Amino acid sequence: MSYYFAILSPLDTPLFEHEFGTSKSGGDGQPRFTDQARHLNQFILHSSLDIVEELQWTQPGLYLKVIDKFFQNYISAFVTASNVKFLLLHQPTTSVPTTTTTGGGGGANGGVVNTAQAAASSRVNSTSVGANPTSPQTEEAIKNFMNEVYENYVKAVMSPFYKAPNMEIRSPVFRQRVAAAGRKYL
Amino acid sequence: MSQPRPPNAPSASGNPSAPPQKEPSSSHTTGLRYPSNGKTIYHRHLSRSKTAELSQASFAYLFSEMVTYAQRRVTGIQDLEKRLNTQGHPLGLKLLDLLLIREPPRSQSRPLNIITLLHFIKINLWQHLFGRQADRLEKSSDPDAPDEYMIIDNEPLVNAYVSVPKEMSQLNCAAFVAGIIEGVCDGAVFPARVTAHSVGSKEEGEMWPGKTVFLVKFQPEVLEREALIGGKG
Repeated sequence: MSYYFAILSPLDTPLFEHEFGTSKSGGDGQPRFTDQARHLNQFILHSSLDIVEELQWTQPGLYLKVIDKFFQNYISAFVTASNVKFLLLHQPTTSVPTTTTTGGGGGANGGVVNTAQAAASSRVNSTSVGANPTSPQTEEAIKNFMNEVYENYVKAVMSPFYKAPNMEIRSPVFRQRVAAAGRKYL
Repeated sequence: MSQPRPPNAPSASGNPSAPPQKEPSSSHTTGLRYPSNGKTIYHRHLSRSKTAELSQASFAYLFSEMVTYAQRRVTGIQDLEKRLNTQGHPLGLKLLDLLLIREPPRSQSRPLNIITLLHFIKINLWQHLFGRQADRLEKSSDPDAPDEYMIIDNEPLVNAYVSVPKEMSQLNCAAFVAGIIEGVCDGAVFPARVTAHSVGSKEEGEMWPGKTVFLVKFQPEVLEREALIGGKG
């Protein structure tokens, strides 16, 4: 189970991104994305922004749950009061990274093949938080993660040197805090 | 503090409720990036006790300096008000998130329509900034201006010690507050122009001579969206 988390400004500029793996059920907290999947992840995440912008006006809550799915990539969204979006891509997979991709097929194609292969081996531990991305337990875990990141994001914004809402968050302490929240809940 | 503390020394004012955090390793603790006691803005609490108030005298002093600063090399009253507005704008953007996260988790919600947004400003924002709610909220009765709303404050706190000279009678220094409101509206994706206008008459017997109207004029796309989502939320 690997996660890719990004904070996007109201102008859709990435402010912060972080990759991590699950720490539940014996996970080591390391992401298992292939190099191709890394590029694809950003693409999938940003392409879900249209759906976020539609959904955010239908419900006043901050957490929008799983809003998009691309093969085995699930996107959970969280929108803050100032319209900053937190997006989390989660990929229920426990397989080791494979390097057998179709050469010359383009980055996007290779990534799809990889995730499809990974999906086949993801049934191994169906009890972990990440195994079923739409179960209430997973949604609750992601909600807790998002809320903790939100709290730290507001603290980052409170800094007088931070120009809201379109400045990259570079603080190493913020990154530590996000990583800690990931270890705690996901 | 007379004795300089070595980096990574346990802080005397350590917060017992904060979970132990992995502090940055000692090789990184030198320089301006990290405070010597290891406490950053992330180690502080967002919530604050209800009684925490600031001195109005010191605020008035600071505000007078802000007005003086804004007044340098301005061409007219409008320009001055615009500068005050610009000073308030980032405050509004930041307060929006802060005030929302201070709400109890059950009632945390983003404003989806104009009315909830204006209520948020009238109640939460005013309570936070001035310790009381705004006095009235009105919609423009002019049928040609359905995009105009008014937030009315009988006695703006920022104007408490401001006496406007006769030749500048147009000026209302609450333009700063208008900037904060504009920041909140812009942040919540309700782009608007907010201006402050004095409406209290200077006549004898007027109850609120400093009465100020904050005129909120939303952009057309806000009303368009409002019509689409049908005032839900």
